[in-house]
Amino acid sequence: MREGEPDPGLYDFRPYRAPPTLAWPGGKRVAVWISPNIEFYELDPPANPHRKSWARPHPDVVGYGHRDYGNRVGHWRMAEMMSKHGFPGSVSLSVAMCQHHPEIVADAAARGWEFFSHGIYNTRYSYGMDEAQERAIIEDSIRTVRDATGQTIKGWLAPALTHTPRTLDLIAEYGLSYTCDLYHDDQPGEVHVRQGRLISMPYSLEVNDHYGFFVYNMSPRAYADTLIRQYDRLADEGGTVMCIPLHAYLIGQPHRMGAFEAVLRHIVADGRAWITRSGDIADHYRAQVPA
Amino acid sequence: MTLDPSYLEYPLRRHGMDHDFYPWSNLFERPPIAWPSGAGVAVAVVVSLEWFPILPTDAPFRAPGHMVTPYPDYRHYTAREYGTRVGLYRMLDALDRVGARASFATNAAIADRYPGILADLRAAGHEIVAHATDMNGTIATGLAEADERALIATALDTIARVTGERPTGWMSIARSQSFHTPRLLAEAGLRYMADWVNDELPYGFETGAGPIVSVPVNHELSDRQIITVQQHCADSYAEQMLDAFALLRSEAGRFGGRMLPLHVTPYILGLPYRIGAFERLLGALSEQPDAAFHTLGEIADAR
Repeated sequence: MREGEPDPGLYDFRPYRAPPTLAWPGGKRVAVWISPNIEFYELDPPANPHRKSWARPHPDVVGYGHRDYGNRVGHWRMAEMMSKHGFPGSVSLSVAMCQHHPEIVADAAARGWEFFSHGIYNTRYSYGMDEAQERAIIEDSIRTVRDATGQTIKGWLAPALTHTPRTLDLIAEYGLSYTCDLYHDDQPGEVHVRQGRLISMPYSLEVNDHYGFFVYNMSPRAYADTLIRQYDRLADEGGTVMCIPLHAYLIGQPHRMGAFEAVLRHIVADGRAWITRSGDIADHYRAQVPA
Repeated sequence: MTLDPSYLEYPLRRHGMDHDFYPWSNLFERPPIAWPSGAGVAVAVVVSLEWFPILPTDAPFRAPGHMVTPYPDYRHYTAREYGTRVGLYRMLDALDRVGARASFATNAAIADRYPGILADLRAAGHEIVAHATDMNGTIATGLAEADERALIATALDTIARVTGERPTGWMSIARSQSFHTPRLLAEAGLRYMADWVNDELPYGFETGAGPIVSVPVNHELSDRQIITVQQHCADSYAEQMLDAFALLRSEAGRFGGRMLPLHVTPYILGLPYRIGAFERLLGALSEQPDAAFHTLGEIADAR
């Protein structure tokens, strides 16, 4: 990015009047990917001078317990529901999960899910990192996921969405192909980086379950209705990407699973979705659209 | 500001948890749990019975539901008392109608001030769970250990004095603990605590002074979260609880007993325009062949 300038220069402006016609495999109208955020939050993380970890003094029993619930309970419920309806996951992974809960990482890998990095922990922020520190977490991410799963990560979603001005340049330099941190479009697009090629992968804050349940305070059924409307519209327009970003500690709650299943049933029955993974969308886009 | 190199050191990056309170465990790989009733889903009604002094102390933090306006906050003081005078009795009648025994997380101040309530609860067979002193009795890091120990002792001693029976379960205000709390609760002889929301079944918790059972009472399913925080109507709350029940019941057949905690508050669900939804919810649950009402104590013992 252009550090210190009013326009960070992340990408070219591309109005939606003449978007590139993206042909998804099988003539599908919308590429749908589900992104479970599989995260580890530390009970007593060190302080980052730029952002507080927990709202309350440590231990934040409810905050921590809620996240831990995702790993003990929610993941298994959510993953089984996704597999039942034929949806793979594209995992935004706190890579320390490979050490803490390799059982969950192995479960996701066995289901054919893709992993990309969401930092080391969701309680360690990039704010304030120098270049060497930021390189260290990128290298750690690549190495840790490769050791645990054999996969080479292709994507990045900054830990707790904390960036530095050099994050995008660095991940492109390390050969990653997409970022999930930019929210300017419903289609992938080129990101300006110092070297290499990086594309933005439409993720979503608006239909993220965190926004649904904790920003917009939706009921489970209202959130399901939101996802269905988002899907129907993007399928109507065509050539689009729809991401459903999830957190097992939220969507995996017992009062929410039934409504979530109704969404998966709707998308499958509709038939216009390329139900896939973020890395497959990135590969397809990069092969189809010249840089 | 550049980060200290230690920010990229991870001394607790290891298999399992980043603390020694409990081992990690997958809910779906445990031996099946059986409730005393034999039902697939244990419905645990947990009622918070709280007294808010009109003078909040904010040490270490102000409890949810506490005073809001400049002194004297008649509005919140009396609206909370409404729950105890009126809403509570609507809830007791609703529980009685379906023959449900519930767990009442009770401030010591309620026992001290309104011993008749405690007598009514015991006569109906409900469980009394210790729930701090009054709503100034919050716990978090920053509260001196000796003060926290005294708070726990006062809560237990008061209820024991009024009812003749010492509670075996504990719930902190806002489920908030310090790093000392589990140990202090175990040292006070408590058998279980209901603060950690990381699971859906009771599990063992190491305190440093012997084990205690952690009984999770899902805050996401509470009337406070759904009605007060998320601002859904009482009918939506009831619908969400029945949706949760349906999911849990579907799992019970495959994985063993499941637990549906209904954490409710007299000044929230006990209002005239909301109590009907709660009554209908209890009625619907009581008609389910695979559901039974259990207290938190029964659930802790089933582990």
